[in-house]
Amino acid sequence: MKPGHGEILLAEGDPQVREDEQLLIEEFRRQLDEGMWAAVPTERPGSGRREAQMVRDYGDIPSEAQRVIFFPRASGG
Amino acid sequence: MVLALLTAALMAATLAAFVVVPPAIARFQLRRKQRVEASPQAFDPGRERRAEQRARQLLRSCVNDVEWAMYRDLGFIRVDGRRLPDAPGDEEALAPYAYLIYPHKPIVAYVPESGRLLSEYCVEFPDLTGGGRTRLPASDDVLAKWMAITSDEARVIGRANMHLVGRQHDPGHVRRDIWRLSEWERLGAGDIGARAA
Repeated sequence: MKPGHGEILLAEGDPQVREDEQLLIEEFRRQLDEGMWAAVPTERPGSGRREAQMVRDYGDIPSEAQRVIFFPRASGG
Repeated sequence: MVLALLTAALMAATLAAFVVVPPAIARFQLRRKQRVEASPQAFDPGRERRAEQRARQLLRSCVNDVEWAMYRDLGFIRVDGRRLPDAPGDEEALAPYAYLIYPHKPIVAYVPESGRLLSEYCVEFPDLTGGGRTRLPASDDVLAKWMAITSDEARVIGRANMHLVGRQHDPGHVRRDIWRLSEWERLGAGDIGARAA
């Protein structure tokens, strides 16, 4: 999510493919270096309750995740 | 002799001015150009509308059907409070408070049981790259708050500026929203999932 623009596709690929995974890792790090937060929308099994999971490292991304959403860090308004 | 020296100095100064001034003008033009380039993009209603449409689709794909219908119909989303680390307990149990998430307005904490307003949490997601001149589309702002609250409530609440309700929200308006929400739920929020699908 980018202010003034909304959703922008940064990178996509199959994490099982080495070249794709490298691309995804680089983009992930670049976004975090720029100060963005990363979250993965998830659904709790059983309850159906939806929530987000913050990820601070590429390795924290759940294997079943279809996307990671980057958004600006929260600050007091 | 002195007059001749003064005349020569004046001529030299005049010539030097011609040599020095063009770069100065060039620097000024460069600075002016940089300012123009750094200025925020002109307001484009079409771009803003398209951004908001994309944001609504993204929000809809992340929250559940009831939350989406709530936002579509009422303009805000209620999120149940999670228990904070200093209040340990059953992780699945709901906290006795909930949040109302509004676009570009503070998050409101209240007690659903009684309707009592607790506080408002002013939180923003500033543009880190553009100097804070632009902001997220409304639905992206709601989604960012939703993700922050549902993933790490303590962190986002810790970063927010907390005030009693009334600083930016009209308490009467928030109470009306809580009443609208209860009526909305009473009139068939249970069917929302089927309708929203």
